[in-house]
Amino acid sequence: MTNVVNFTEPVRTDAFDVEAIRRDFPALSLAVNGKPLVFLDSAASAQKPRAVIDAMTRAYESQYANVHRGTYHLSQLATENYENARAKVAQFMNATSPDEIVFTHSATGAFNLVAHSFGSLLEEGDEIIVSVMEHHANIVPWQLLRDRTGIEIKVAPIDDAGNFLIDEFEKLLGPKTKLVAVTHVSNVLGTVTPVKEIVRLAHGNGTPVLFDGAQGIVHEGVDVQDLDCDFYVWTGHKLYGPTGIGVLWGKPEWLERMPPFEGGGDMISLVTFEKTTYREPPARFEAGTPPIVEAVGLAAAIDYVTAVGLDRIAAHEKELLDYAMLRLAGMDGLRIIGRAQQKAGIVSFEFGDVHAHDVATIIDSAGVAVRAGHHCAQPLMERFGVTSTSRASFGMYTTRAEVDALAVALEKVREIFG
Amino acid sequence: MIDDDLRDLYQEVILDHGKNPRNFRHPEDASHEALGNNPLCGDRLTVYLRLDEGRNILDAAFEGKGCAISIASASMMTDMVKGKSLAEVKKLFERFHKMCTGDDDGGIADGFEDELEKLKVMSGVRQFPMRVKCATLAWHAMNAAAEGEDAATTE
Ligand SMILES: Cc1ncc(COP(=O)(O)O)c(C=O)c1O
Repeated sequence: MTNVVNFTEPVRTDAFDVEAIRRDFPALSLAVNGKPLVFLDSAASAQKPRAVIDAMTRAYESQYANVHRGTYHLSQLATENYENARAKVAQFMNATSPDEIVFTHSATGAFNLVAHSFGSLLEEGDEIIVSVMEHHANIVPWQLLRDRTGIEIKVAPIDDAGNFLIDEFEKLLGPKTKLVAVTHVSNVLGTVTPVKEIVRLAHGNGTPVLFDGAQGIVHEGVDVQDLDCDFYVWTGHKLYGPTGIGVLWGKPEWLERMPPFEGGGDMISLVTFEKTTYREPPARFEAGTPPIVEAVGLAAAIDYVTAVGLDRIAAHEKELLDYAMLRLAGMDGLRIIGRAQQKAGIVSFEFGDVHAHDVATIIDSAGVAVRAGHHCAQPLMERFGVTSTSRASFGMYTTRAEVDALAVALEKVREIFG
Repeated sequence: MIDDDLRDLYQEVILDHGKNPRNFRHPEDASHEALGNNPLCGDRLTVYLRLDEGRNILDAAFEGKGCAISIASASMMTDMVKGKSLAEVKKLFERFHKMCTGDDDGGIADGFEDELEKLKVMSGVRQFPMRVKCATLAWHAMNAAAEGEDAATTE
């Protein structure tokens, strides 16, 4: 048994070598329906590099026990790994301290935490602002809060290209606005929102800002000190890490004021039947046995992404996006939804009047995996007058050849539907 | 090249019903209606029925958005159930459901030979488990309408 937790993977200094990267992801050599898998659904969940899988296997095989409890060696080791992961996440987001990082079960868990705990500081008539392109995870928890306390939800609009309308947003800010909760990158349109402007305007109004970074952390990265937002939420599985772990970063002044979300073990300082006192953040918000091994996997994912280089991944995805926008837009009958000026590697489209499900089924037979549906953003679908779209999304391992494979597979749709 | 399973799924009849759905309207005199919602994909169909006192279907129609499979299925269903009693339609749905999931034992057709023969074009969904709900959405909605519920989901 080893005491050393070795998260680091070899650092690449060579040019962006997508083929080498692909070899690190076991799933990418799968065949589907007898064809090589063309995986264009990373925005829903990314495939995992061997480094993540191995780190988790190692953690289960030789470093596993419950955390924060045992005084014995293994528990101590597992606790160290878990807390090292927290430190790594803090560093990755440029947080000032690991104490600002709360692990949750997913981005969804983080939204519900904030809606509950921060939400308990709000009163009837208070307002929060979301945007029309939010994922249901950044809508429904606020609606539940609205049902409990009578807050109001205002919706910031976008234009037909999918650009966030900052002037319209500004008009929504008022004396009662208690939180702005908008996405950093839209999971449907790929739109990158003007996060700095949003923070500047909201703070000018004395309003804290939460960003949904589920896509943003993957395609753009974040420096929370530079951005100066108040909360930033994301999820492990889209950053090439495991499912079952999400991250809430919060400014200490907020986290400290917020009451607990869930109650249970680990989050208390003293329990009696008369009165229980709670620990300081982040422990206050991590009731029960946390995602121990998932944290190790997430740390390994961060190491992997960092080694490849977030900026180089972004550049690669940008190049693919430009290519895909040209290649697909050139196809007869294909309508791209989302042409924002600032856009990440996510392309939603309609193909003639063929329903997205039919598109997805047909191209799946060519091994091409895209997402079809409302993408957990039904209000946004309504905004564009559709019930569903097909969506191709890119990751660090996506190639031009895969974009071509999508285009070729789409011809098959035309062949069937005429 | 199109593989056989796909050809089987998207037969001409289905493509035709999908593009030119029959009974795609909202009858003013409908006595029952229900929304069929597939929460996974957001597809929504409203099925309208006009029943007589003996629970026979005098008219059936639908409106909504959906994929080729769900629209074709709604189109064929509304054509087929007119003139039948709710009890008959219920039996027909049972057989149809089995056909779609591949559990059909080919047992007695209860006098529905013609209908089942027509519905066979939908059975290509067997090879596409994710699409079975598309084929059955309208039928679920019709059941809900007949039972006086406002909505059905495929969940
Ligand atoms: C923009 C956005 N927000 C939130 C989520 C929710 O993430 P999770 O399902 O991991 O909680 C997703 C992914 O589904 C997303 O794309």
